[in-house]
Amino acid sequence: MSESVTVRVNGKPVVVPVGATAAVAILISGAVSRTSVTGEPRTPFCGMGTCFECRSEINGTPYLRSCQILCEPGMEIQTNGYANGYIDAQPF
Amino acid sequence: MDTPMDTLTPSHFDVVVIGAGPAGMAAAVAVSHSGASVALIDDNPSAGGQIWRGKTGKDHRLAAGTWFERLNNSVVKVIRGARLFHIEGHLDGGALAAETSQGILSVSYGKVILATGARERFLPFPGWTLPNVFGAGGLQALMKTGLPVAGKRIVIAGTGPLLFAVASYARKCGAKVVAICEQTSPKKMARFAAATTLVPGKISEAFRLLWDLRAVPHWKNCWPVAAIGKDRIERVRLAHNGRSREIECDYLACGFHLVPNLELATFAGCDIENGFVRVDEFQRTSAENVYCAGEPTGIGGLEMALVEGQIAGYSAARNETAARKLLGQRARYARFARELDAAFGLRSELKSLADPGTLLCRCEDVPFGFVRQFDSWRAAKLHTRCGMGPCQGRVCGSAAEFLFGWKVDSVRPPVFPVPCASLAAISSGSASTPSGSKGGAR
Repeated sequence: MSESVTVRVNGKPVVVPVGATAAVAILISGAVSRTSVTGEPRTPFCGMGTCFECRSEINGTPYLRSCQILCEPGMEIQTNGYANGYIDAQPF
Repeated sequence: MDTPMDTLTPSHFDVVVIGAGPAGMAAAVAVSHSGASVALIDDNPSAGGQIWRGKTGKDHRLAAGTWFERLNNSVVKVIRGARLFHIEGHLDGGALAAETSQGILSVSYGKVILATGARERFLPFPGWTLPNVFGAGGLQALMKTGLPVAGKRIVIAGTGPLLFAVASYARKCGAKVVAICEQTSPKKMARFAAATTLVPGKISEAFRLLWDLRAVPHWKNCWPVAAIGKDRIERVRLAHNGRSREIECDYLACGFHLVPNLELATFAGCDIENGFVRVDEFQRTSAENVYCAGEPTGIGGLEMALVEGQIAGYSAARNETAARKLLGQRARYARFARELDAAFGLRSELKSLADPGTLLCRCEDVPFGFVRQFDSWRAAKLHTRCGMGPCQGRVCGSAAEFLFGWKVDSVRPPVFPVPCASLAAISSGSASTPSGSKGGAR
């Protein structure tokens, strides 16, 4: 990759190519994007804003579909998954 | 968590096009060429839709380059990253509201063209919720937005021409595509191959894909039976010509053709017929001032979407002469669309892949066996919470449609889950809500 951006996923720096979405940053980091209501780990699935499996907290705003948001330098991505040690609350 | 939502200055356009994929881009260009004011709204970070994701006017395939250039040279207000959640019809047009990173966007219009595209149909099978199992188009979208796949072993399964496109793209990115598993029969595939002559450029595209993928096993009569792994997928079990086989993989990408995104059309009051938005020859829907183009009117692919988009754009801008010139072309592509449908219809064996414990609804973790006890989508929702999570049935609804033959049509506002603050911005029932609205928690 010619150019890259550094973001943080659950506090850990992750280097992604320019044009990468936050969902991709989550996958590269090895974290899961959320833990389901019965405790299953989940990763981004549909890649196009439909399934909501990739929803995460981005720069303090919760429940955003990370596959629809481009990484920006210094972006803070917080997943609700195992890596973070707590269960996704029912948002709606 | 309470974030006050700013309301951006409301604006008005003669025509608003929703969805900036090929159909929407073509529609917006046609409106602009006809001299009317037009806005093109999309929730993705850039125009192009799924098929032209990440492309620009300068590079890549001919059609994409041409249309990006046309769009750039037209007077079109392109609004990206806007998540539309409300649309309402008025006597002389309508209004819509969308969330953007800057606040709530309110737009009124004389006519609206819905070019909302399609999504993948996903079917449940044991293990399909494991990490690193993706949609087929889903994996492609993730690769196009930077997911590194070099050296990864990928199995691509499901149905439709998309599987080849994904496989070819994955190989270009350095992945090892272990197999392409197509559920349809060799006979139907052969018939479909013949139908590619109906659309210019399709044959060369098909040959290019086949050449790219000459080293990849391509199994017909083959579908995924189970994804197996502890924390993530490690291998997939397939049914192939009546036999069972297992292959190791890092990623499994599964898509069972496409289903139209009908939420907005339903919400706008358009008649739906046989699962698609009913339109007349000028792409007008049954709802006043609402037009529709592309996959929501029938899965027809890129060329069909482009021609329908143009017809809708010219019609909405009252340029019927220009619209009429394209009707013959559309009729030809419609034949291709029927062949597509015939070739990639889903076989009934796929209805019994799920175990009673396999999750059907990924949002609410509702097992297949629980949902199966009910006799309608509505009853299943009421008793099981199936389809009532954040995706609002966009995934399990289209699966249930195929698995149980249910009519899945319960669309309720807002179109997407939004914070109360966003709803407050439209609570007066008008798009010209003054700024400073505040709302409660999500």
